[in-house]
Amino acid sequence: MKELTIISGKGGTGKTSVTASFATLAPNRVVVDADVDAANLYLTLAHKTIHSENFIGGSLAEIDPALCTQCGDCLERCQFGAISEDFVIDPIACEGCKVCVHFCPEDAISFERQVCGEKFLSETDNGPMVHARLGIAQENSGLLVSALRQQAREIAKKKGIPLIILDGPPGIGCPVIASITNSDALLIVTEPSMSGMHDMERVKSLADQMRVPTYLCINKSDLNQEKTDAMKAFALEHNIKFAGEIPFDREVTASMNANKSLVEFSQGPAAQAMKKVWQNVSKYVNETMDVLK
Amino acid sequence: MLTTLLGTIKDTIMIITIASGKGGTGKTTITVNLAASAPAGEVEVFDCDVEEPNSHIFLKPGNLVKSPVSTMIPKVDMEKCTLCKECEKICQFSAITIIGKKVLTFPEMCHSCLGCEMVCPEGAITSSSRELGTLIQGTNPAGIALTWGELRVGEAMSPPLIEQVKKKINSHKTALVDAPPGTSCPAIAALRNSDFALLAAEPSPFGLNDLAITVEALRILKVPMGIVISRDDGESRIVDEYAARENIEILGRIPFTREAAAVCSKGLLLRDEIPEMKSLFAQLYSTVMEKAEKEKGEARK
Repeated sequence: MKELTIISGKGGTGKTSVTASFATLAPNRVVVDADVDAANLYLTLAHKTIHSENFIGGSLAEIDPALCTQCGDCLERCQFGAISEDFVIDPIACEGCKVCVHFCPEDAISFERQVCGEKFLSETDNGPMVHARLGIAQENSGLLVSALRQQAREIAKKKGIPLIILDGPPGIGCPVIASITNSDALLIVTEPSMSGMHDMERVKSLADQMRVPTYLCINKSDLNQEKTDAMKAFALEHNIKFAGEIPFDREVTASMNANKSLVEFSQGPAAQAMKKVWQNVSKYVNETMDVLK
Repeated sequence: MLTTLLGTIKDTIMIITIASGKGGTGKTTITVNLAASAPAGEVEVFDCDVEEPNSHIFLKPGNLVKSPVSTMIPKVDMEKCTLCKECEKICQFSAITIIGKKVLTFPEMCHSCLGCEMVCPEGAITSSSRELGTLIQGTNPAGIALTWGELRVGEAMSPPLIEQVKKKINSHKTALVDAPPGTSCPAIAALRNSDFALLAAEPSPFGLNDLAITVEALRILKVPMGIVISRDDGESRIVDEYAARENIEILGRIPFTREAAAVCSKGLLLRDEIPEMKSLFAQLYSTVMEKAEKEKGEARK
């Protein structure tokens, strides 16, 4: 079983559009939406949800005003500015560290585990989709990503599915690290701009730190052909396998509006290019598999 | 600490945060073009997308001053440690554990709550530090000051660095804050204590989905907001319909053209390169400021 993670560094470069098309083209796969605080894959892949359950994250502290003597111990100890002068804990600022709870001389602070979101298992044409919705302003997105990946692996193992495709979040922080850890390959989807280049370089250093082989796809490549060429050169120099480029095409947005993946919806130039990118990526992933054998 | 600090200076300053939920909707483009459209010396920019900061690419600040930002992690003195396990018990993040006669720490898991240090009965734990990233400040040729954070590659926690960037908001200028995408901890850290949020919304199903989540988060944070429709193709009305339903004002629209995309891709300012964009951003700046002042006035009452 192989895990392919799709990331970008910069947001809005087309990760989810690429993932949705790959999920349509791969004959037998589990697909995971790991962009848990702005999950969009479910909007573009026809699915039927067959199971949902609460995601329980960390705990939060809450002061019982009936027991609190306003001694100020908690206020002094909290490193996160979460406790107000009138001894109310802001659930958004609370880090869940339990320090105030432990030291409160009156035992006036409770510490309950929180429902941080919801996990879903859905059926799609080419296999299961594992996705989630992180609660509004909730923490623990990295934990939720790890939980989704764990579930996807169990399903793949049980059903003998050879490939997991993961739609990752933007950035390089906690949920991205959780999406990349122990992945077999990364596909960076970028766009030809100075911002795209800057962000791709940072994502590539993260991939190197985590020793994951990396491929590159340049989306909207004709918006700045010069940058596209510079990115290809960067890939060549940095041991990134080039998977292809996709021209700007209004059909991409149109497919989104039709709630379909691009390759389902269109025969246009972007859809054709997307199919080539998938051919390359699936070939590279299989080669990685052979090397590991 | 941030709360109290900002609480005391909050009345004299104006913090406007540009956010979106979905990535790539134009937060940075809007932030930098608004900054360049403001009267000289009126605004400062704070790029809180510390995982992937891009504002500096467009504003091109010089005379950069860089300072490392770190966070506290525990250091254990084994001469004093009696292996009582109190530290392991209090740590909610599995960052410190006793195995046999050894104390193992996992610095990358540590949230710097200092719980282990406070609880240790032997005084065996002191503070050491882990590098989070770099804080960078500079001013561009047009006189716009920019402060941004650059998260160390491999570091998972961006909120503490975002808070360091925001701590630099202390002048009487208007602060334009470029927020990271998403709606979890990093975006919340950037949006907290803002006087006004300007939401960059792309009129697509993905854009709408993520806009709605951000609006809910802002309502919890009690931050007033307005919408600017970005990458507007002039066809889809889904954001207009949503805004009307939710009673959120649309403060402007930025049309999508290939020319605009090409200008942004080169790291240039739309207002400098495309004449219509100059008046568009000047208008947007005054609309946003007027709306933000009005909201702040109402909040004071």
